[in-house]
This record gives sequence, structure tokens and C-alpha cells, in this order.
Amino acid sequence: MQDLNTQSTTYDDGVVRQFSIMACVWGVVGMLVGVIIAAQLVFPELNLGLPWTSFGRLRPLHTNAVIFAFGGCALFATSYFVVQRTCQTRLFAGKLASFTFWGWQLVILSAAVSLPLGFTQGKEYAELEWPIDLLIAVVWVSYAIVFFGTIAKRKVKHIYVANWFFGAFILTVALLHIVNSAAIPASFMKSYSAYSGAQDAMVQWWYGHNAVGFFLTAGFLGMMYYFVPKQAERPVYSYSLSIVHFWALIFTYMWAGPHHLHYTALPDWTQSLGMVFSLVLLAPSWGGMINGIMTLSGAWHKLRTDPVLRFLIVSLSFYGMSTFEGPMMAIKTVNSLSHYTDWTVGHVHSGALGWVGLVSMGALYYMVPRLFGQKQMYSTKAIELHFWLATIGIVLYISALWISGVMEGLMWRSINADGTLTYTFVESVKAKQPYYIIRLLGGLLYLSGMTIMLWNVIKTATSGKAAVASIPPVAAHV
Amino acid sequence: MDILFLLIPLSVILVLVILGGLWWAIYSGQFEDVEAEGERILHED
Repeated sequence: MQDLNTQSTTYDDGVVRQFSIMACVWGVVGMLVGVIIAAQLVFPELNLGLPWTSFGRLRPLHTNAVIFAFGGCALFATSYFVVQRTCQTRLFAGKLASFTFWGWQLVILSAAVSLPLGFTQGKEYAELEWPIDLLIAVVWVSYAIVFFGTIAKRKVKHIYVANWFFGAFILTVALLHIVNSAAIPASFMKSYSAYSGAQDAMVQWWYGHNAVGFFLTAGFLGMMYYFVPKQAERPVYSYSLSIVHFWALIFTYMWAGPHHLHYTALPDWTQSLGMVFSLVLLAPSWGGMINGIMTLSGAWHKLRTDPVLRFLIVSLSFYGMSTFEGPMMAIKTVNSLSHYTDWTVGHVHSGALGWVGLVSMGALYYMVPRLFGQKQMYSTKAIELHFWLATIGIVLYISALWISGVMEGLMWRSINADGTLTYTFVESVKAKQPYYIIRLLGGLLYLSGMTIMLWNVIKTATSGKAAVASIPPVAAHV
Repeated sequence: MDILFLLIPLSVILVLVILGGLWWAIYSGQFEDVEAEGERILHED
């Protein structure tokens, strides 16, 4: 009976601890693969002449590892942490939550084996073959049951805004995954997409852009709306604005996908529709960014002494930067220069390293000491060092790719008086080499910061022990 | 582009679902005294 009693008065943080540690482990792995493929672009010998270590197979391994393994584990950890605390109740179906952990790790391991072996559906951010896709669907439905079950048994009437973002992310990703992964299996580990040609491309980018919008944006905004106020010890600047941010964002995101297919076989009007909705997205994005940053009003001095808060606030500035850059790049005339160049890769990384990476790291630095019964992380100096390594790494990475992207775009479109191309393709490749070296350096700095974080997290975990957090009594007014 | 006959209705259905969510949130009192809700998370642990 004792056990039953503790069950009803404490939070279920075991699964949060598991996901938090694995987020750091997969962060190091995924970023290491990123650094390796960045090095391959400068030194092609590093492909080793083997199919399993070639760029084409390692690149999807990198994207899957950083998005779904690192980002995914961070999202599971933070959403389970936040939903329990803001609903003041224990996780619904704890065993199922545990299953989502082991199931998700199995998905990641299958990806780590099958992608280098060459098994792929060839769809961006959805490369995994059909048996793994089925496993993802099962884990994801379980995740939805745990999350919404917890919301349903909440002890407070109001559903905190972070949970709305997490909820939208979970539901939409389920829908996107199921529609985009529809395929006819031909054998074990081989299938053909249910769609073909331009149709398939449209489904692919309807999925791909909404994966950015709901997995990499809405989910991490859920993190932002909880951990920024908590770390700053200030309520969110305007709670009403956060509500407008949520509804405006989810109403508009779904329609922006076609901007990935400008000047292709896609009908013109579909491209223009995608462009217009992308431009509209600037408004809710910036509303949310300003809301997050202004949460610090009256507490700016904390940035001087608190590196965790700095992670969170700098992540918001990168969110603002990339949600300005994105709509600009979706304008067809800008896109005619930027598409297929390194500018796109730079844009993605300003969002991924700057926004998704930094906000996850800030949230993990907030949670880990609390999860292991410590007052703070093992080393605050190491957090400080991590912050500067990461920030300098991002700046080097994205500015190098801005220059190389715009340069190669201009070289490709440059035409002589007689109408012939000024530059051959290989000349543009050659011109990019110095910038690829700078990008490699930026990636190395970012990876070294992540490695320091893993060390710091392990040190904090081993010097403390699994903490049992009790659920506070619900305030009388609710 | 037959695929648009799938994707557009799907997105429209999603908008309707979102509208339903918004409707529920408004009429079940989720938005009463919202600024106090922002304060609440700071005091709960």
C-alpha cells in the first residue's frame, strides 16, 4: 500500500531521466556524424571508398540522429516533465511511457544500422523503411495516449500553453508520418511509395515542411514557454499573446510546404499559395519570439550570471532570425537564387543548431540537476564554456554557408555576353572549399560543446541520485 | 496533380479540427483570467 501511496503523490520522472540522458548521448553521436560528413565535403578521401561510410548514406544518418534521436528524446523528456508539473498529476499509463522510451531507442538503433547498409525510402527526413515506419507509428500512438491521458486526468482546470504546443506537435506528426510513409512493401526492407512523380514530391514536402513546423518548431516552442519563464523566474511576458501565437501558428503552418518546390512541375498557383502562407507565418513567429525574449524584461541582468538562461534567450534570437530568413527565402525571386545552394543548408542549421539545439540544451540544463536531486549542474563553468563554443560554432557555420551559398547561386546564373555560362559547375564547387573548411570548424566547435555537456550531465547524474519529486497540493482557487 | 484532392481536404479537415479545439477552449473557460495562469507555473514546485 505504501507503494500505491507514493505513486499517487509523486511525479513519474524515471522516463524523463532516461530520455534526458539519451538526448545528450544521441546529440554527441548525431553531431559527430555531421562533422564527419562536413569533413567528407572538403576531403573526399574520408568516404574511405566504402559504400557504408559514403556521404550519401551517412547524411541521412546525421539528419535522423540529430532530429529524431537528439531532438526527439529532448521532446519526450521535456513534454513528460512539463505535462506532469503543469497538470499537477502523475503520467497516465506509466508502463506505456516506459514503452515509448524503449520503442524510440529501438527506432533509433534500427536507423543507425539500416541507413549505412543502404536501406532507404529516399524521402527527406523519412528515409526509414516500412517495418521501422510501423514501429514509429506504434510508439507515436502510445506517446499520444500517455500525453493526452495525462492532460485528461489533470488536477488544474487550465491547460498551460506549453501543453497546447506539445499536443499539436504530437497529433500533427502522427498524421504527417502516416500519410507520407504510405508505401507498398515489396519485401522485407524494400517498399515503393504510394505516390509517384510530382505527386510524391508534393506529399514529401507537405510532410517535410510540417515536420519542420510541428516537430522542430511547435514542440520546441512548448519547451520555450515552460523553461524560459521558469529559469527567468518571471511569468511569460504576455500570456494572451502566447495563446494568439499558438492558434495563428497552427492555422497557417500546414499550407507552406510548396515553397520547397518553386520552379518545379508543381502547378504555379500551388507554389504561389505556399509562398504567401510562408510570408504570413512571419507574424506569429515573431510574436512568439518577442513574447519569449520580453519575458526577461526587468530581469535582463540575469543574463550576465546565468548561462542556462543565456542558452534559452539566444535560442529565441536564432528562432527570430531563421523565421525571418525562411519567409524571405520562400519568395520566388529570392528562391531562384537560393534554391539548391548552401544558403538553404545554412538556413536549416541556423534553425537547428541555433533554435532547436540551444533551447533543448537550456531545458536539459534546467531539468537534469532537479531530476538527480542536485541544486545545480556539476560544473557551471562547463555550461559557460559550452555556451560560447556553441554560439561561436553556429556563427562560423551559418556565415560561411551564407557566403558560399550566395556565391554559388550567383556563379550558376552568371551569363556571358554571348549567352554562354560564365562558370562551369566544378568551378563553383572549387570556389566553395574555404567556406567548407570554416563550416567544418564551426561544426567541430558545436560538437565539442555538446561533448562537454554530456560529461557535465553524467557527472551531475552520478554525483546525485534519482530524485523523487512530490506533487504539490492543488491551490484552493482552482 | 490529383494529390491535391487528398492534401487540401486533409488540411481543411485539420483546420476544422483546430477550429473545434479553439471553440472548446473558449467555451470551456480556458481563457478566463489568462495572465494568472502564466504566474501559476512559477509557484507549483
